[in-house]
Amino acid sequence: MSKNDEPKQITDAKKRYSAGVLKYAQMGYWDSDYTPKDTDVLALFRLTPQDGVDPIEAAAAVAGESSTATWTVVWTDRLTACDRYRAKAYRLDPVPNTPGQYFCYVAYDLSLFEEGSIANLTASIIGNVFGFKPLKALRLEDMRFPVAYVKTFAGPPTGIVVERERLDKFGRPLLGATTKPKLGLSGRNYGRVVYEGLKGGLDFMKDDENINSQPFMHWRDRFLFVMDAVNRASAATGEVKGSYLNVTAGTMEEMYRRATFAKELGAVIVMIDLVIGWTAIQSMSSFCRQNDLVLHLHRAGHSTYTRQKNHGVSFRVIAKWLRLAGVDHMHAGTAVGKLEGDPFTVQGFYNVCRDTKTAVDLQRGLFFEQDWAGLRKVMPVASGGIHAGQMHQLLDLFGDDVVLQFGGGTIGHPQGIQAGATANRVALEAMVLARNEGRDIKNEGPEILREAAKWCGPLRSALDLWGSITFNYASTDTSDFVPTASVS
Amino acid sequence: MRITQGTFSFLPDLSDEQIKKQLEYCVSKGWAIGLEYTDDPHPRNTYWEMFGNPVFDVVDVAPIVEELAKCRAAFPKHYIRLTAFDATLGTESVVLSFIVNRPPHEPGFRLVRTEEHGRTIRYRIESYAAQHAPEGSRY
Repeated sequence: MSKNDEPKQITDAKKRYSAGVLKYAQMGYWDSDYTPKDTDVLALFRLTPQDGVDPIEAAAAVAGESSTATWTVVWTDRLTACDRYRAKAYRLDPVPNTPGQYFCYVAYDLSLFEEGSIANLTASIIGNVFGFKPLKALRLEDMRFPVAYVKTFAGPPTGIVVERERLDKFGRPLLGATTKPKLGLSGRNYGRVVYEGLKGGLDFMKDDENINSQPFMHWRDRFLFVMDAVNRASAATGEVKGSYLNVTAGTMEEMYRRATFAKELGAVIVMIDLVIGWTAIQSMSSFCRQNDLVLHLHRAGHSTYTRQKNHGVSFRVIAKWLRLAGVDHMHAGTAVGKLEGDPFTVQGFYNVCRDTKTAVDLQRGLFFEQDWAGLRKVMPVASGGIHAGQMHQLLDLFGDDVVLQFGGGTIGHPQGIQAGATANRVALEAMVLARNEGRDIKNEGPEILREAAKWCGPLRSALDLWGSITFNYASTDTSDFVPTASVS
Repeated sequence: MRITQGTFSFLPDLSDEQIKKQLEYCVSKGWAIGLEYTDDPHPRNTYWEMFGNPVFDVVDVAPIVEELAKCRAAFPKHYIRLTAFDATLGTESVVLSFIVNRPPHEPGFRLVRTEEHGRTIRYRIESYAAQHAPEGSRY
């Protein structure tokens, strides 16, 4: 459509505000001449209009329904600075190689949002609009936050740098494992797994997302036994160790109670699940900041809305919200493990967690430049179906600032949990050493692991058992700008 | 026991050639390099003694290797570590730290438990070596 044929805002106030129904574009929610201000919040939506719906009108409707509009003209608009409050859809591009889908850019004035509240932001941006009938589907792909808005958030209570300084661990990824089986162990048995993993060489053990306070193990019992295991392992190795104590509970009061007990026992880290909601996350972040605790977030539930490409919210947006809301760790994918994740897309999530300034990188799904304005960095966590035999790929994909979390790959080791942990730690240190020496770990990785396995029996067993295990399935959440294959 | 602080403690002790390669990696990144020693390796003892100030703008690692030899000669039974500092905005901290010398015998740590109300226990970690002798004569 040429510029002249585009629907235009009706500028004659009398016509614009007489009672009745107008198109959203006519109401002023589409403006292809609009130049976004540095202070605007920007959003990029993937839009699939219903058959017969004009894409520009659909874009205008998205801008309208996520800001000030209702379905009909209201005269009360005229009591406000409505031109400013109206979000503007300002750009619409067809999605490459995908007929019927469009990338729609929308700009929101900063004054539409309350400072320091993800709940407020999301109530606008993903509020009513996702159920809007003229759209078949809608996905929030990316957002850009102005520095003025970023500075209203405190961000991660600890951040990568301070976490490393507190734990005294530098120059390599951190190692963790989730205690398994995730449900059913008594407190005493649970602590045994924690002790073995930490003594064997892991930095962290972790509660799983759904371990809270069930009949087989109440939360206080878990905390008491786990902290004995943590301290015992610390004395046995001379290292600072931790175990993410999941404080997720039914009410804020109960979460504070659990986190307070964790702090009193000397825990370095506590954990929450994404399902507790944005406001609860921000409250726990503030608690951790007051009490010198690292805050780990498990992204339980996210795949219900992040996985499908045509509808929902991309995890890169969730990651941005989480960095603002203030968590220190977040699960961000493995690319090589058992869970969904295209390598480029996953690297995009990692950039959002760790950049000082995020650059536009369409291949990695990053549509906007984002200045993080000194906000602390989040440690991404790679967890789910990874093992020692993939160490070179993991280090090559993600670098040093990541927690590599091997659950089954530690606890399922044929010679026991300590041996499993040792195999992972040796594999990791050998790979970091080789990379620093200038070796091409991507290609020489398997050879480097075999060299270390010559003197490390546990690593040899791990490679023999799992060396050939891969999870080669096509990803659903892939880049639109280059064809990408899953890494084996 | 073997104290496993530092980046490479699970590997066999690094040879001088391997240490040199890690130093060259640090130089390629533009990091400053410091040499530190202690006979109090408590996991929360952050401030080991500095064997001189960290070296900035390193072009040749040979002088650092010489310093390490001097440090080892002066403190043969101490823990010695090489630490790299990155001044990049947003990092401005230690980015690599590995042990390059350790005492021949490492007695390790005692875990002291103080029982409190309910089932709560307070934990304290004490170094066997540091407990029995003053600084400088522990190993």
